[in-house]
Order: sequence, then C-alpha cells, then structure tokens
Amino acid sequence: MYVAVKGGEKAIDAAHAWLAEERRGDTSVAELSVAQIRQQLALAVNRVMAEGSLYDPDLAALAIKQARGDLIEAIFLIRAYRTTLPRLGASTPLETAQMAITRRISATFKDLPGGQILGPTFDYTHRLLDFKLAAEGGVPPAPTAPASLDAVPHVTSLLNRDGLIQTEAEGNATPPDLTREPMEIPTTRPLRLQAITRGDEGFILSMAYSTQRGYGRTHAFVGELRIGTVAVEMEIPELGFSVEIGEVELTECETVNQFKGSKTEPPQFTRGYGLVFGQTERKAIAMSLVDRALRWKELGEDNTGAPAQDEEFVLMHADNIQATGFLEHIKLPHYVDFQAELELVRKLRREALAHGEAAE
Amino acid sequence: MNALSIDTAARKAWMGLLARTAPARLAELMPDLPDHTVLRGPEVGAVMVCGRVGGTGQPFNLGEMTVTRCSVRLTSGAVGHAHVQGRDKAHALRAAVLDALLQTDDAATLEARILTPLRTAETAARSLRATKAAATKVEFFTLVRGEDK
Repeated sequence: MYVAVKGGEKAIDAAHAWLAEERRGDTSVAELSVAQIRQQLALAVNRVMAEGSLYDPDLAALAIKQARGDLIEAIFLIRAYRTTLPRLGASTPLETAQMAITRRISATFKDLPGGQILGPTFDYTHRLLDFKLAAEGGVPPAPTAPASLDAVPHVTSLLNRDGLIQTEAEGNATPPDLTREPMEIPTTRPLRLQAITRGDEGFILSMAYSTQRGYGRTHAFVGELRIGTVAVEMEIPELGFSVEIGEVELTECETVNQFKGSKTEPPQFTRGYGLVFGQTERKAIAMSLVDRALRWKELGEDNTGAPAQDEEFVLMHADNIQATGFLEHIKLPHYVDFQAELELVRKLRREALAHGEAAE
Repeated sequence: MNALSIDTAARKAWMGLLARTAPARLAELMPDLPDHTVLRGPEVGAVMVCGRVGGTGQPFNLGEMTVTRCSVRLTSGAVGHAHVQGRDKAHALRAAVLDALLQTDDAATLEARILTPLRTAETAARSLRATKAAATKVEFFTLVRGEDK
C-alpha cells in the first residue's frame, strides 16, 4: 500500500545540489565535455544507445555525463527522452550486406571473399594496463592499405549456396513493436530480437554463457561478425519515394549451429542472429546465442528446461530499466506496508509466547 | 530503381548526402538562406530503424534514431523537404531550402558550390576508413613443417 507523504522538499533540493557538485568533482580538474565523452568513451556511448534503444551519440554522451558514468542510469535517461519524441515513421529494413566494413571476421572460414578484417579491436592486446595513457600525448596515425569500397558478402550466403544452412523465412510484414504494445508470451522471433537487442548486456551475456556451459547447448560457431556503417532509408509519403535519412554504426553477428535435422528438415546448419547499435561486439555475439537457444520449439529440439530456452524468463528479465525500476522502488517509503508487517509479527509472537507458556 | 527518372535518382542522392552531412559544414557552405515559407517543422522526432532476421529474413524493430524533418516553399514556388539525422533544426531547415533550390535553375551552381565539396569530403572520409580497415586485413601464410621436406 502507498500513501501520499509530504515533506522532505528542502532535503531533496539540498541532495540534488550536492549531486550536481559531486558530478562536477574537484574544480581544479578540467570539466569533461560531452564531445570528449562521445569521442573518447565511444563504447560506453554505444552501449547507452543500444540499450536506450535510441541512436543519437550526442544524447547518449550527455546522458553518461549527467549520470556520472552510471550506464544504466544513462540508459534510463535516454529511454525517458525517447518517449517525448513523435514517431516520424519506420525505416525500410537495413541492408547489412551493404555495410561499409570496419571489422569483419569469420571463425568458420579462414579464406573468404573480402577477407578477415580485424578493425580497431581489443583482441590480441595483452590486457596489460598501459601507463602511457595516463600521460597526455599524441597517437601516431594508423597505417592504411589500398582498399575497395565494394560490399562484402555475408558468410552465411556462401553456405546457403549449397543448401547447408537454413534459409531465413522471407517476408515484409510490419514487425511487432514492444514500445507500442506490451510484450505477450509466446512471442515471435522479430519481437524476441527487439527485446534482446535492447536488453541488458550483462544479462544477455550470462544467458549466452549458460548455453555454452551446457544449459541449452547449441554448438555455436561465429560464422561472421561484422561492424560498420549502414545507410538508413525511409519512404517519405510526400515524395513518393524513399531517401536516406542518415547512417548508423552496427554490429552484426551470425552464428552457425549444428542441427541434426528433424522429421521435416534434412540435417543442416541453423542460425542465430545478433544485430546491435554501435560497436557492441560482446552483446551481438551473446544476442545470437540467446536467439538460437530460444528457437528450440520452431526447430523441433528438446526443451531441457534450461533458463536460456525459457522465453518468458529471458525476455521478461532482460530489460535493465524495468528491472532497476522494480528493484529500486523498494527503497522508497513503504512505511504503511512495514507497519502492517510489524503488527502482524508482534501479534504472532504474542500468540506463540502465550502458547509456549500454556504448554509448560 | 529503373522506374525512377534521372531527376528522382539525383534528388534521392542529394537528399541522402544532406541528411548525412555534418550540420556545421553545411552551414559554412550555405550561410545565408533565400526567402522561404516554412510549411512544416523543423520538427525533431524518432524513426524506428528496422533490421531483418538473419540479415535477409523478416523485418524486426532494432531501435529508434533521432531525425529532424522540415518542409519549405520558396518564393519561386519550389517546395523542398528534408529528413536529416539528429536533432539540429537549422540543419533540417537548410537541407529543405537546398532541396527546393536544387529543383530550380540555380541547381548547377549549387551543385558545384555545395554538393560537390560535401560529396568529396564524404568520399574522402569513407576511403580513409576503408584503407585503415584494409591495413588490418589478415594475410595468412602457411608454416612449412619439418616432415613436409
């Protein structure tokens, strides 16, 4: 039960003033600009855009500054902001095959058309702290090599030529949108992908990891992981044709999974799919594993009771804003609830003690 | 694509270029705007970006992006529209005015003065990124093992 409580305004104002001061920190240290966050904490910005479900790097950087680096708080700010925006429309589906690649690797084929492009990766670094970064200094320009601007094919399209991998069901139906209609279980794959791509990275990572450890194992290989920019195109009613309205950086992961075949399907590889805003590699890989694990019913696999196979468990707990909202609300005044519990415990104790005395 | 007239294809190309360009760069190239009537906006909103399952399958909602739209009419009667990425209203207004101007006799001049520099800069930026990516392309080589001799 909740009751209206008044009072505390002065304390709240003072708390917020102190928060602002703490956010700024020691004034003898230069203030961090939003542009610096956008440029130099780009992966934090990417995560806030992906889980905030709004692609706008400047806003995400501002949210990170306002939230003092608490990324879930920043995501909360972005989610709140996006509810104030009118929906101007929906894009035509992105052509990720046309991505301008900055990174593209395959764990299934060594030599593939377009090659293995490492891009600006943490892989192969030694994870030793680099104390040079503690001092200011210039960075030498990265090397360049002659390049082609041609798009590179998806790895799965190569496998598909021989019918070795399941073809995705085509369609152009308007997808369900969980920001407009509450999610209902059972869901469809498009709705699941929307829920997972905006889900908490840590949660999706743990769910994916659980499948690797044997709770709903799917034997995934990273068929392809690609990062780069893709044009966003939208039909403009007043023009009667579609135009590019911008471009977004994306990470796309396609897993290739073992499949023994079923009564209707021959043995072939199946897929898991991850697509996330920004350079968000860990999330995209995890997303594709969780997507594949949730497809057990459609593929006629056994439900082993693994958490990652339970779409209600996964989808209803993936959203960190819903989770933090419900978790943190218990710190708000529950004086009346607690008073009732206190009365109850006192009464039970009285009865128990009286009973004990009577028994003696 | 074949159904589009050359003009529509050209218009699509410049509208896309103006949507992607940095607002400050466009403002530098086009500091003054001719007389115009604003028909709509500039209005900041969101567009739902859709992906496809597996890259090729059914559409799904990936998340939204911020977009600013604007429509204008010039004194000549030409109408211009813009949908530009981000929340910069001046950017959307400028792009809409330019879209209208590019449909008039001034098109050739503006093409050379504004679109060409923007296109050159975009191509240069894309090429630079592609060449950096190309430098990280793995060249595999096979080690010769003793028993192969």
